[in-house]
Amino acid sequence: MGALISLVAVAAIVLLASVGASTGDGLRFVFGVILPGVAFAVFLGGIIFRVVHWAKSPVPFRIPTTTGQAKSLPWIHNNELEAPSGLPGVIGRMALEVLAFRSLFRNTRVEILPEKSKVNYIADKALWAAAMAFHWAMFIIVLRHFRFFVEPVPAWVEMLQSVDGFFQIGLPVYYGTTFLMVVGLAYLLARRFFDSKVRYISLPTDYFALYLLLGIALTGIVMRHIEKIDVVQVKAAIVGWASFQPAVPVGVGLWYFVHVTLVSALLIYFPFSKLLHAPGVFLSPTRNLANNNRVRRHINPWNPDIQGHSYAEWEDEFRDKLKASGYALEKE
Amino acid sequence: MAEKSPQELIQIDLTPPPRKWMNPAVDFEARRGTWSYPGGVKSLDYLGMPNVREWSPTDADWKLPENWQQIIHDGFKDLLKKYRTLEIFMDICVRCGACADKCHFFIGSGDPKNMPVLRAELLRSIYRKDFTAAGKILGSLAGARELTEEVLKEWYYYFFQCTECRRCSVYCPYGIDTAEITMMARELMNLVGLNINWIMEPVANCKRTGNHLGIQPHTYKDNVEFMCDELEDVTGIKLDPPINRKGAEILFVIPSADYFADPGTYTFVGYLMLFEHIGLDYTLSSYASDGGNFGLFNTAENMKKLNWKIYHEAKRLGVKWILGGECGHMWRVMHQYMDTMNGPADFLEVPRSPITGTVFENTTSTKMTHICEFTSDLIKHNKLKLDKSRNDQFRVTFHDSCNPARAMGFLEEPRYVIENVCNHFYEMPENTIREHTFCCAGGAGLGNDENMEMRMRGGLPRGNAVRWVRDHHGVNRLTCICAIDRATLPPLVEYWSPGVDVSGIHELVGNALIMEGEKERTTDIRGVPVQPEKGEQDDV
Repeated sequence: MGALISLVAVAAIVLLASVGASTGDGLRFVFGVILPGVAFAVFLGGIIFRVVHWAKSPVPFRIPTTTGQAKSLPWIHNNELEAPSGLPGVIGRMALEVLAFRSLFRNTRVEILPEKSKVNYIADKALWAAAMAFHWAMFIIVLRHFRFFVEPVPAWVEMLQSVDGFFQIGLPVYYGTTFLMVVGLAYLLARRFFDSKVRYISLPTDYFALYLLLGIALTGIVMRHIEKIDVVQVKAAIVGWASFQPAVPVGVGLWYFVHVTLVSALLIYFPFSKLLHAPGVFLSPTRNLANNNRVRRHINPWNPDIQGHSYAEWEDEFRDKLKASGYALEKE
Repeated sequence: MAEKSPQELIQIDLTPPPRKWMNPAVDFEARRGTWSYPGGVKSLDYLGMPNVREWSPTDADWKLPENWQQIIHDGFKDLLKKYRTLEIFMDICVRCGACADKCHFFIGSGDPKNMPVLRAELLRSIYRKDFTAAGKILGSLAGARELTEEVLKEWYYYFFQCTECRRCSVYCPYGIDTAEITMMARELMNLVGLNINWIMEPVANCKRTGNHLGIQPHTYKDNVEFMCDELEDVTGIKLDPPINRKGAEILFVIPSADYFADPGTYTFVGYLMLFEHIGLDYTLSSYASDGGNFGLFNTAENMKKLNWKIYHEAKRLGVKWILGGECGHMWRVMHQYMDTMNGPADFLEVPRSPITGTVFENTTSTKMTHICEFTSDLIKHNKLKLDKSRNDQFRVTFHDSCNPARAMGFLEEPRYVIENVCNHFYEMPENTIREHTFCCAGGAGLGNDENMEMRMRGGLPRGNAVRWVRDHHGVNRLTCICAIDRATLPPLVEYWSPGVDVSGIHELVGNALIMEGEKERTTDIRGVPVQPEKGEQDDV
């Protein structure tokens, strides 16, 4: 049900963009210039607002989750990447988490065999592989898009393109990342449909983000490989937009407007949704703090000024019993 | 004991039902055995907790205060301002499901709301409704729910069905920690007087007497003397441990279960034998008579208050530093909270072993060292006379307690001690130990008898791993460094893996120690006759 509602929502966005783009220059301007501008502003502003808001909220306790041996006695080998004792270790741990999805790599699947009275844990790297494929591919694809934003095309973008198109299949060349992004997304979507546990926990919004991303990828593929749109015109439109000299995009075709509108929708949606996991992971206190609790005191800015039940109160209450048992007392 | 047999209980289907999870409905009557009784009025009044009343989860009317929704809303807002963790963990979950089958309660019950992601969604759905634009506008499409009495009842059921073991947070790509979420939910429930007696009575006891079990100082002394008498029968050596002695070098802090009930008591005498063996200048305290801290399972405020006495007593006695016994959640508090809450301990000195001269560089601020750090350093420097063969009747495995493993990174120290005091040590399967360790299912205040079915269910993964080493290596002794483990694992292994006993590590140390002037040991320190090594036929 949630999957369907989200599909309808994304279809409505596609329909709106198509209708808009074929109605006339006025709406083309709206969908091709104004909407992406607004979306970009909302995206940037929203993320900055969110991250600043998070960063301002206090971290009262230092609570890293340790996933390896801590630094203790000198002859015990410690694991800095799993239980960092200081900043270098934390940076390494965060780098592994952000760049290689370290924690997801641990994933296992549980299997209960009642007739054998046995519980098994089976390594399950598929989610990790799909997540890595999708995220890295998308990242490289975003970088590749720089060729539409600046003239001349920077050398590093050219290089990225040639590596990405290494296999020289098709004309225009198919990029490896195109394949990886679609396959990755397809797997992530498929498990929301077919894995009963993931289906159960999925909200409509979980499908919405995947549909948007798939829509963006597929319209991109259509433009490049099926419609083979005029890249020169596309670049003229985008460079104009990026240099604040916007004009109604011409000669770019319907799919361009659909693609740009879906991207705009994603950008607007981003700061109000779970997509915030991207900046959020950097601020996660169980990962970005050193496990040096007993070495350096962590300060809680709102540490309440309270005391416990004092020894004097305790001695007063149990004075007779303490005396009878021969304890030494503070007050006789 | 749970009424169902292990064979019945293990018939678990992990496939969730077709109906959506957002419908909150818990039939407490039908689910007896899987929840805990509410906090008693006497304890709550003593602690000055809000909205105290007599009530039962099976009642239709939970007698909530009139404006309970407002109280929860305001409390939520307050916690969001105080904890970045709460904000981040509410905002960034993508529901990837990596955590889903990592929870021992989900594995053992198949109840989908025990998937950590859904446990958090119980709270997150209310967060969305009350504090996010998307939730306010889109409602259930964005995963938002109205806070109804039914939702609150569901909170009570599921947030007292989490042992705060943090296993899920190991697998989460963003480190979302369900223990933290459960702690927040319990803070909120407390505001409207929803809590459980197996937490609140210990907290009240601990405030009054210094320990969770409510043991008063004269009984404390009697217990210690009784244990020493028993030990004399075994070893021929009479110990007279100092209590509340001013000017000692070290204050030794332990969980109260260690001087209350078997098998913790054997760990206790193990500590005392060790100290006697090396001639340590230390003292026990019948005021700071519990390092354990059920405030951790209740509210940050109560945690701070109960923990406060440790430094207070160290200061009063004029000790140089603090040594802590084998206890899991106690060590989470000592390691991650004590210094922040009640430090700085600038009146103490950096812990230094008087026997080896080793300075414990990893405790320079809290000034508190773990007994396994202390003992492994002694062994490393050859300061102990040990006869490993005295533990030859035991085939030992080690259960990593959740908090030392996942909140301290305390993995090698206990293993080093074990390997030096016994000859037969076997690890459980790798997905069930170290940072992957499975909870005893009785932590965070859930180790009570009325919750026994849920404990046995949640105990399945641990029990099954113990069974594996029992069947493959003939393991008959499950060691741990946690007082809650020592209380909750015995029924667990009796249920899932009979024939295995539970003990602390320092019980094995006590067995192996060659004490000066001891008589010939014909029994272990439990008084059980030492059996000559059986045949090696089951060696694998």
